[in-house]
Amino acid sequence: MEITLAHYLTVAAMLFTLGVFGIFANRKNVVVILMSVELILLAVNINMVAFSAHLQDMVGQLFTMFILTVAAAEAGIGLAIVVVFFRNRGSIEVEDINQMKG
Amino acid sequence: MIVQGLIFYMLAAIMVASAFMVVTSRNPVHSVLWLILAFVNSAGLFLLLGAEFVAMLVVVVYVGAVAVLFLFVVMMLDINYLKVREGFLTYLPMGAALGVVLLCEIAVLAGGWTMAPEAMGLRAVPAPEPGTISNSQALGQVIYTDYVYLFQAAGLVLLVAMIGSIMLTHRSHPNVRRQKVADQIARRKERTLKLNKVPTGKGIS
Repeated sequence: MEITLAHYLTVAAMLFTLGVFGIFANRKNVVVILMSVELILLAVNINMVAFSAHLQDMVGQLFTMFILTVAAAEAGIGLAIVVVFFRNRGSIEVEDINQMKG
Repeated sequence: MIVQGLIFYMLAAIMVASAFMVVTSRNPVHSVLWLILAFVNSAGLFLLLGAEFVAMLVVVVYVGAVAVLFLFVVMMLDINYLKVREGFLTYLPMGAALGVVLLCEIAVLAGGWTMAPEAMGLRAVPAPEPGTISNSQALGQVIYTDYVYLFQAAGLVLLVAMIGSIMLTHRSHPNVRRQKVADQIARRKERTLKLNKVPTGKGIS
């Protein structure tokens, strides 16, 4: 039962797909969409670290840290926008976010 | 080796199952808790891959900061969760179809993919021999030398995110008394202090 690169890539692909599915299925709740984006970024991180371990290269883990930074910043800004939107409109549905429509 | 395989399958199965629960859970608070479980299990996978520092970072940043931030926001917003769930079943078929298509595409791509033979020679920073220095030491030797500008840029990204979210969510209340430092500094003795000559035995009225 040797665990190879392909095993990790499969798990990451499943996680990525679940994240994309979550974005489409939760049209009424922006917070769950942001959580789905976090799942997608986690899948990317798993790919990065798996390749880093497979090739014995440190740069993969280094970029995982940068992805982690961007994910944290994205979550902070995204949730701040959700809070402001909820204060103004009293809902967090995607359908209600059409004020900037041209 | 067999123990490693069993641990991998356990962590991967729990992670995928909890990721599924994140996107299908009825209550967003439960979604956040499943998200925490998924992050902890991914940290276990990173440990299994030998990336100890990244594993601890995932626990600290994702579980400790991002998930708690989500929890705060979910609990702070007063949302009618029954109403939020209404459209789930109508969007479910399209989301599931898209997910299946995406998974098939990834499978097709991955099926025809092989590692380039010269990939091992193209490594930027080969990992040190196992047992010589620890993972975090090796990572530190790279991040503070070759990638120091990128490291600084990451700090700048966090600073922009911090300022941005403060700017977005800050509210100023009109009837809150707050300290005005400029007024305090501009205060002069003549404007506030008055000397009264008090005659003996009369007092001040």
